[in-house]
Amino acid sequence: MASLTGQEGWEAVIGLETHVQLGTNSKIFTQASTNFGDDPNTNINPMVCGLPGTLPVLNKKVLEYAVKAAMALNLKVAEHSKFDRKQYFYPDLPKNYQISQYDEPIAEDGWIEVEIAEKGKETYIKKIGIERLHMEEDAGKLVHVGSDGLSGSKYSLVDYNRAGIALAEIVSKPDLRTGREAAEYASEIRRIMRYLGVSDGNMQEGSLRCDVNISVRQGNHAPFGVKVEIKNMNSFSAIQKACEYEITRQIKAITEGQRIVQETRLWDESKQITTSMRSKEVASDYRYFPDPDLGPIEIERDRRTSWNYELPELPASKRHRYVEEIGLSIYDARVITDELPMAEYFESAMASGAEPKALANWLMGDISAYLNSNKITIQDIRLYPSQLAELVKLISNGSISGKIAKDILPELIEEGGSPATLIAERGLAMISDTNELKAIMSSLMGLHPDETKAFRDGKTKLQGFFVGQLMKQTGGKADPKVTNKVVLDMLNATAD
Amino acid sequence: MGIVESRELLQKGEVSALELTDQYLRRIQEVDPKVHAFLEVTSERARSDANRIDERRAKGEILPALAGIPIAIKDNICTKGIRTTCSSRMLESFIPPYESTVTERLWKAGAILIGKTNLDEFAMGSSTETSAFGASANPWNSNRVPGGSSGGSAAAVASGECIASLGSDTGGSIRQPAAFCGLVGLKPTYGRVSRWGLVAFASSLDQIGSFTNSVADAAELLHVIAGEDYKDATCLKVSVPNYKSILQKSISGLRIGLIKECFNTEGLDPQVANKVKHAASQLESLGCEIVEVSCPQFNYGIATYYVIAPSEASANLARYDGVKYGYRSEGTENLASITSRSRAEGFGSEVQRRILIGTYALSAGYVDAYYKKAQQVRTLIRRDFDAAFAKVDVLLTPTVPSTAFNVGAHADDPLTMYLSDLLTIPPNLAGLPAINIPCGFDNTGLPIGMQLIGNVLEESRILQVAHHYEVSTNIMSDKPKGESIMI
Repeated sequence: MASLTGQEGWEAVIGLETHVQLGTNSKIFTQASTNFGDDPNTNINPMVCGLPGTLPVLNKKVLEYAVKAAMALNLKVAEHSKFDRKQYFYPDLPKNYQISQYDEPIAEDGWIEVEIAEKGKETYIKKIGIERLHMEEDAGKLVHVGSDGLSGSKYSLVDYNRAGIALAEIVSKPDLRTGREAAEYASEIRRIMRYLGVSDGNMQEGSLRCDVNISVRQGNHAPFGVKVEIKNMNSFSAIQKACEYEITRQIKAITEGQRIVQETRLWDESKQITTSMRSKEVASDYRYFPDPDLGPIEIERDRRTSWNYELPELPASKRHRYVEEIGLSIYDARVITDELPMAEYFESAMASGAEPKALANWLMGDISAYLNSNKITIQDIRLYPSQLAELVKLISNGSISGKIAKDILPELIEEGGSPATLIAERGLAMISDTNELKAIMSSLMGLHPDETKAFRDGKTKLQGFFVGQLMKQTGGKADPKVTNKVVLDMLNATAD
Repeated sequence: MGIVESRELLQKGEVSALELTDQYLRRIQEVDPKVHAFLEVTSERARSDANRIDERRAKGEILPALAGIPIAIKDNICTKGIRTTCSSRMLESFIPPYESTVTERLWKAGAILIGKTNLDEFAMGSSTETSAFGASANPWNSNRVPGGSSGGSAAAVASGECIASLGSDTGGSIRQPAAFCGLVGLKPTYGRVSRWGLVAFASSLDQIGSFTNSVADAAELLHVIAGEDYKDATCLKVSVPNYKSILQKSISGLRIGLIKECFNTEGLDPQVANKVKHAASQLESLGCEIVEVSCPQFNYGIATYYVIAPSEASANLARYDGVKYGYRSEGTENLASITSRSRAEGFGSEVQRRILIGTYALSAGYVDAYYKKAQQVRTLIRRDFDAAFAKVDVLLTPTVPSTAFNVGAHADDPLTMYLSDLLTIPPNLAGLPAINIPCGFDNTGLPIGMQLIGNVLEESRILQVAHHYEVSTNIMSDKPKGESIMI
């Protein structure tokens, strides 16, 4: 896709509205369970269903998660905050109003750092502003029979399991300029939430939802164009593609003399286009007013301080530190810090004295491959970080070959244990003794006179054959460097 | 008979709980066809619970404070497993799967549920005439209304169908019927009693309170139902005094403030004004100092209330949409019509009127001029009370500008109906405790009530003043006979 700013000086202006389900055990205003995937209408109680006479009470854990999220996003946590009722009628909303926050959200005016890396382009870092973060309750789910939506369906079923789950709504400033930036911003939000442990950020299960607001303008000082809202993107790549499609659509429309309609459009994953929802003529009036059942939100100073103290080192800081202090490449730093448990494993192994780059390679390579194919995470393996460090050191000091290390890795991951001990028990130490290897090579040459002759006649590729045979003879323990040299030297030596 | 006397008889074994309950059940059978205080009489449960009390007593168990006392509950308070209709078609078949906090506390204290009482639909009204299931009569004169919205709870106690009852008060819905029916009606400080289980009308104004024949009984009930509740975020975490044991505290030297704006209003029946002033002089002879105070914004209360209450109600009643529970209109084709038809058919006209007013007052372009403005006036009204309480300890006003009016008197004019709440509304707006206590009768024999208003959490003080007044004047012993069906 051609660079957008190259399209006759057009610039896209993008903002993201992200809803993060906070992973507390109970819902935001009542004790019903938040468990995902249970049978319909099992995680409900009278308050969830909006039965007469029921009342909301704020779950303090939700406040903690929301404030920590706000602090991690560099937002200013409000001194005075409250809940408001947002009123509209819809069957997935039991009370026909949503308890949300309107003009006094829990936090405002922050930012995050996003690292944009694209194949074939230089990686760059951008600061994206965040308008606000507020708390609200999620709605239930509707299932329609006979149609995609309410209209045209024979009947619809309501499931209130999701109703009342705590949400943090995060609204970015319109600082994003490309689909890639938008996707990376969403990805970073998710990463931060997972680092904090306040959400699992699962777009497929709906614990992370993104809506995009997007407009185009000619040049970066022109007034903002008419913005269009895009919904229904279920992955980061969908966010990117939806933005890119929409930007092209809008530029084309304006270029052809059409006006952009302010509307909500849906991303169609199968057709890879955005389509118009029936646009509402008039913006909804939600008749917000402060919820009289809930008091003002108060956080004691001490609580605020201790929550701030409990924040972990966040992804952007880690990435910087890994590159500037530890010396990893930008790419390696990004991969290792993608999930906090992996980063913590890495740091712990590093603390045991292993060389960082080598460690990073093992984690990104063989270990990640093992985790992926066995569908487990770094937290499931039995190999302690110190033990991985030991393995790396054994390789670097020549005690074992890389190949042997790869061979024993699965067992170490599954059983744990000291690599040094395992190596000693099984006699897996690397053979680096030149004489020993020469002796083996000598007998190999005796066993394979044709190949020996062929090499000497010019088929130099056969070096690999002998290296392979030597490896086989030594059960993989031969030192590759020494082996290569021995094989080459002996093959090249003129026959006596 | 009151709680204290009944308890004595029960404890002495002079009557069993079952016999006592049966007495009241017979009384209900005898008079309720005319009074229509009850929507549901829970005779089987009442008798079975009473029986269990007797069994426990026979085993020598020490029984809790209200053991065996038959109590009626206003039908907007959820009782588990027992229909709770709010006198509305919308909830005609609604059976709550959970118990309200106040009733849970009553049952734990051994009280007997004798039945659910009639009210104005969703507690919106001042006469019980908007009930979808027929009005209740004033036991003093069946051509008169018992007041509202807790008219059924008032009529039930006044006609001797139960010893005491619970009601709810948002703008006067306990105190006004108490005045009309000659009873002690208490509205506690906002947040003193949990609202968990009270079907919400106006969340920042609603409070549950009691109808009793004596102040001592009101103290008994308050002691049982008051106190913190983790299920209600607006319920105060303040300890509950033993209201019963401090009733006797001397009131000599207390300063009683007469709010001059309450005695100046046009439309105030001179007989009511006279009786209340006479009561003031009786308090003076008990050692109180009578002072005139001014609450300049007092009479703006009614306009303020009729913006705030409907606004909150419009949101609180949005949940009744025919989708999850309650009334659903038949033969509707789509979601919009399920909701609009169910609400049009399930709600009576007064409820619809208030929902429309509230929706309007909160809508974009109007919310600042109406809702926000009303909240600001509310603050001014509260400040008037604060200033008054710097000068006096308790405030005194008539409870209602008139005595019980005729059935159908305000049928064509909701606004004149609203004026009935003029004197009771400001304490709700300010969250203050207030009590009605009978102080005489008009020349047709209808009860007149006076209102004592206390500062925040000063229920004890208004109970004390009311108690001493009641004991020294014994007003209700002078009750006239007439067309009434009282005991």
